Amino acid sequence: MHVYTQAIAEAFSLIFSGSGDVWPVIGLSLAVSGTATLIATAIGLPVGYFLGMSRFAGRGSLILLVNTAMGWPPVVIGLFVYMALSRTGPFGDLGLLFTPQAMVVAQVILAAPLVAGVTTAAIASVPRDLRLQLRALGASRLQEAFEVIKESRRGVMAAVIAGFGGIISEVGAVSIVGGNIQGSTRVMTTAIVFNVNRGEFGLAMAWGMVLLGIALVANAALTMLQQAGSVYER
Amino acid sequence: MRRFITPPGIRRVTGLVLVTTLALSLVGCSTPSTPATIAPKVSDVILASTTSTQDSGLFDALIPAFEKDNPSFKIKVVAVGSGAALTLGEKKDADVLLVHSPAAETAFVAAGSGTDRKPVMYNDFLLVGPASDPAKTKGTTSAVDAFKKIAAAKATFVSRGDNSGTYTKELSIWASATVDPTKTTDPWYVSTGAAMGVSLGIANEKRGYILVDRATWLTNKDKDPELAVMVEGDKKLFNSYHVILIPGARNIAGGKAFEDWIVGPAGQKVIGEFGVAKYGMQIFVPNAGASS
Repeated sequence: MHVYTQAIAEAFSLIFSGSGDVWPVIGLSLAVSGTATLIATAIGLPVGYFLGMSRFAGRGSLILLVNTAMGWPPVVIGLFVYMALSRTGPFGDLGLLFTPQAMVVAQVILAAPLVAGVTTAAIASVPRDLRLQLRALGASRLQEAFEVIKESRRGVMAAVIAGFGGIISEVGAVSIVGGNIQGSTRVMTTAIVFNVNRGEFGLAMAWGMVLLGIALVANAALTMLQQAGSVYER
Repeated sequence: MRRFITPPGIRRVTGLVLVTTLALSLVGCSTPSTPATIAPKVSDVILASTTSTQDSGLFDALIPAFEKDNPSFKIKVVAVGSGAALTLGEKKDADVLLVHSPAAETAFVAAGSGTDRKPVMYNDFLLVGPASDPAKTKGTTSAVDAFKKIAAAKATFVSRGDNSGTYTKELSIWASATVDPTKTTDPWYVSTGAAMGVSLGIANEKRGYILVDRATWLTNKDKDPELAVMVEGDKKLFNSYHVILIPGARNIAGGKAFEDWIVGPAGQKVIGEFGVAKYGMQIFVPNAGASS
């Protein structure tokens, strides 16, 4: 047990030490995963709404694809994005390899299916009678969408939380497209692998505690948004 | 007695404030990258190198010194194995390489993927093993003989199993010993696919023999108390590092600047002084200008 309490103590001293490396790494983790979650929500929410609401031939297959994509391995996606952004690849001239922007791209690809998949389930569980009622009261398509999303906001927030949670702790994609470069593309997860590879297990554990703590704070914020108003519900 | 429940309005506001603060911190805390188009004065140079050079801490000394002498370039080190670094060079995703896998490097240059291959520094590999030394390798002058003894005794041997410079050196010694452990299904040969620090830890746990570069050994031996040096000093254990330029790279000027600096007096001085204060010996011996 001593090993774990020591790691927690080292985690706190890491954060408050004012060591030049620590806060930029934490900041970059939040920046990359936060931005990716926002973009993934912008993509995944409409897709999830469309899949949840409509009935058309092939819907089942599309949902199957989304659900499969929810679990695709981060390192494989990292490899695909690397191939695309490499100088020998189709988007090489953009010069995005080994930058935080490339990491955001890879993480959007990872998070968007998560957001879409959970949103689909949330939207699909809204009673169809509500739609009829809204149409009967004269709602336009947009108003209808707004009300349905409001009705299923718990599920939609869960989708965002799922998206964020999936990417804040992934390491495969950001390693390959970012390169874990000190001072520019090192995030908490790649720092952990870096320390493990050097045999610095104590430091790696401390970073692990920091990562868990940050994830806890971020999810606390999102969950508070999600649970607001629950006192009024049965 | 009424339980106090935070009113939903307050919860909503708190949640929004927290999320907004986190969102603003995305802008505030993120390290801005400096693409060459926006900040033409400072351009990035991608240096692909090995884990042994990075783990030894050499770059912490080299990079600031280089950037002081060359303020228009910012070095970004991507530390992977020598094999992966050569692949990055092939794909022209790196501007300059610093690697230690001579046979692969020669093939790389011959194929036209690299140019201006110049020696930079050297150190040596060590065969370390368990104190009990079941294969009786301690003090053997020839690494090849030691490897033969290990194979004969079927003593546990831990291998990197990746395309790192250390692994290619290990394979070359096995080849000279006319043993091919990669084909064997005997459990004495353990292929980790892991980095040097992790592989050393595995050798420590399994009380096995392992080939390790001197720099990583010096910085890790305290964590691996079961292991001790068995064989050193054999010419075959020579570990030489070269810098290679990549034709057609994004930042050819930056790559050239780094190569010129590291084989020049300033870079060689930094290499020569590195680690002396802490370990009482040079970790890397500068040898620019030697024949490759």
